[in-house]
Amino acid sequence: MPEYQNIFTRVQVHGPAYPGVPLGRGVFVREGKPGFFYWAGKFGDAQIGPIYLGWLGLASILCGFIAIEIIGLNMWASVNWDPVQFVRQLPWLALEPPSAEYGLSIPPLNEGGWWLMAGFFLTVSIMLWWLRMYRRARALGMGTHTAWAFAAAIWLYLVLGFIRPVAMGSWAEAVPFGIFPHLDWTAAFSLRYGNLFYNPFHMLSIAFLYGSTLLFAMHGATILAVSRLGGEREIEQITDRGTASERAALFWRWTMGFNATMESIHRWAWWFAVLCPLTGGIGILLTGTAVENWYLWSVKHGVAPSYPQIFPGVVNPATMTGGAQ
Amino acid sequence: MTRLSMKLWGAAALAGCLLLAGCERPPIESIQRGYRGTGMLQVYNPRTVEEVRASNEVPASIPLAPGDSPKATTVYQNVQVLNDLTVAEFTRLMVSMTTWVSPKEGCNYCHMPGNFADDSMYQKKVARRMLEMTRHINADWQKHVADTGVTCYTCHRGQPVPAEIWTQDLGPNTAANAGNRFGQNAATMQVRLASLPYDPFSKYLKGDANIPVAGDTALPAGNPHDIKETEGTYALMMHFSGALGVNCTYCHNSRAFYDWDQSTPQREKAWYGIRMVRDLNNAYLEPLGPTYPPNRLGPTGDAPKANCSTCHQGVYKPLFGVSMLKDHPELAGAKPEPVAAKK
Repeated sequence: MPEYQNIFTRVQVHGPAYPGVPLGRGVFVREGKPGFFYWAGKFGDAQIGPIYLGWLGLASILCGFIAIEIIGLNMWASVNWDPVQFVRQLPWLALEPPSAEYGLSIPPLNEGGWWLMAGFFLTVSIMLWWLRMYRRARALGMGTHTAWAFAAAIWLYLVLGFIRPVAMGSWAEAVPFGIFPHLDWTAAFSLRYGNLFYNPFHMLSIAFLYGSTLLFAMHGATILAVSRLGGEREIEQITDRGTASERAALFWRWTMGFNATMESIHRWAWWFAVLCPLTGGIGILLTGTAVENWYLWSVKHGVAPSYPQIFPGVVNPATMTGGAQ
Repeated sequence: MTRLSMKLWGAAALAGCLLLAGCERPPIESIQRGYRGTGMLQVYNPRTVEEVRASNEVPASIPLAPGDSPKATTVYQNVQVLNDLTVAEFTRLMVSMTTWVSPKEGCNYCHMPGNFADDSMYQKKVARRMLEMTRHINADWQKHVADTGVTCYTCHRGQPVPAEIWTQDLGPNTAANAGNRFGQNAATMQVRLASLPYDPFSKYLKGDANIPVAGDTALPAGNPHDIKETEGTYALMMHFSGALGVNCTYCHNSRAFYDWDQSTPQREKAWYGIRMVRDLNNAYLEPLGPTYPPNRLGPTGDAPKANCSTCHQGVYKPLFGVSMLKDHPELAGAKPEPVAAKK
């Protein structure tokens, strides 16, 4: 007897494979015979396919492939084509942006030109994928919320790799492609510009990031908790409120005196998620262009408190006459 | 418990163990140094500290020599640096140096058997220069070494070649037209396995590249330092941290790394330390290159040089601040009387 649980469910219910609504005019159709994949059903819908790529999808994948190839082959070249070292050192390897002396000019390939080229193709790929997302949503008669949420992430990506470096007049300000290297870059960025934690837009971004996880946990838990009462049909319950919706609302009114609705909770979630990269991107864009040192900026505006000095009288020896030897 | 949930618990336990594999087990001790709430803590693993303490014991010193014996130069020939010492002081120092530097190899590590005056072994020429360097440090770099000073043992620790030395590192081989590492992104212990520039020493401890990068104005005012430079500074600081076994907050208040007003006095010490090491590398260690045989040189043919680890060896004060110099005043600098030390 199958057992239905609402944390780990062992039941997969599905009817015949569904190819989707008919497409409008165009050269592409959805391709491939749909099939069911048990393990995919553990995480989402067990049906895989048919897929639709279209011109945008194909071009995006091609550009993305070129970008990943340039990055990957440069990483491999940096260990002199040693396959073992490539795997071993992969988290440390990177494709680095050009040095500052090149400004915004196009440097020789091995002096950052590869980075510029990889960035170009990656950006084109992402833009095409955004367009594809927008058009697929339209083709299904949906709203374009997903595309605009993705656009928020693209904004942060563009600020980091393109808009801010252009504003600063140097590709050297941009992020390297690499696992640890981009993290070290982040730390160096904060050190160079006087501590990013004092950047109010960084604060907002963190609030929306953590807020997103909190909202996601609250919403996911609420729906699972009332799924035995039909709560997973939350979209229906937006317009036709049933007992699941009533109980969920009552639960939150009891625990915190206020509740979202079946509809508004999704707006909350969408805006929290979207505002995380939007505010973060603003914070990055202002760094170095409008603000030099976020700590001093915070002192100036009364944000950063001062603490009693435990070690008074520490002086930069470079400023003392005769101090430097 | 169903089979599925057993599997899930098993997988979760395995994942948990894997995630913890890189961690040190508690308890870890933390010592507050700054004002409360500023996070200025030194974090220590007491088990590691025990190991470090055991390997930083100071050897017993030979009793001080009587001061009334004749000058060493009257008995020994070719005494160029220690010509201000008496025979007894001179002999005592030679015996001490043997135990500090070449306890296994003995006198003959530097001296031709049967002819102490002979200068044909490179080790002897290097040792002579090292004595000058030691006196120079103790006399002229008190802002870093204070009265604690240094002796041969501070670096050598019973080995003819100190364990912690560096030579120029060009990094791993790369292909010709792609894969430029820009001097970084190789996992080396010099920068504690970070993806930071792997040879901060050539740039900052031999060269005098600029180290502070943050601007001291709230709004942009033409600070020319970029993020790549910052990564270089960061790499040097990682070396500091590893070499001294301390956190960033030993010297800095991490909320404003650049700010001297919120730093600790140790940052001043470190500032002089950087200048001292630059001085030693340029005036003493690099010029010894032609003296060394090729096997002592680095891959690019430069002489081995010093960094913070050379003396500190993982401890905030070398040998936990025990002064060996007080038992060896002859290393504190040339005696004021007849100064003939060549420069």
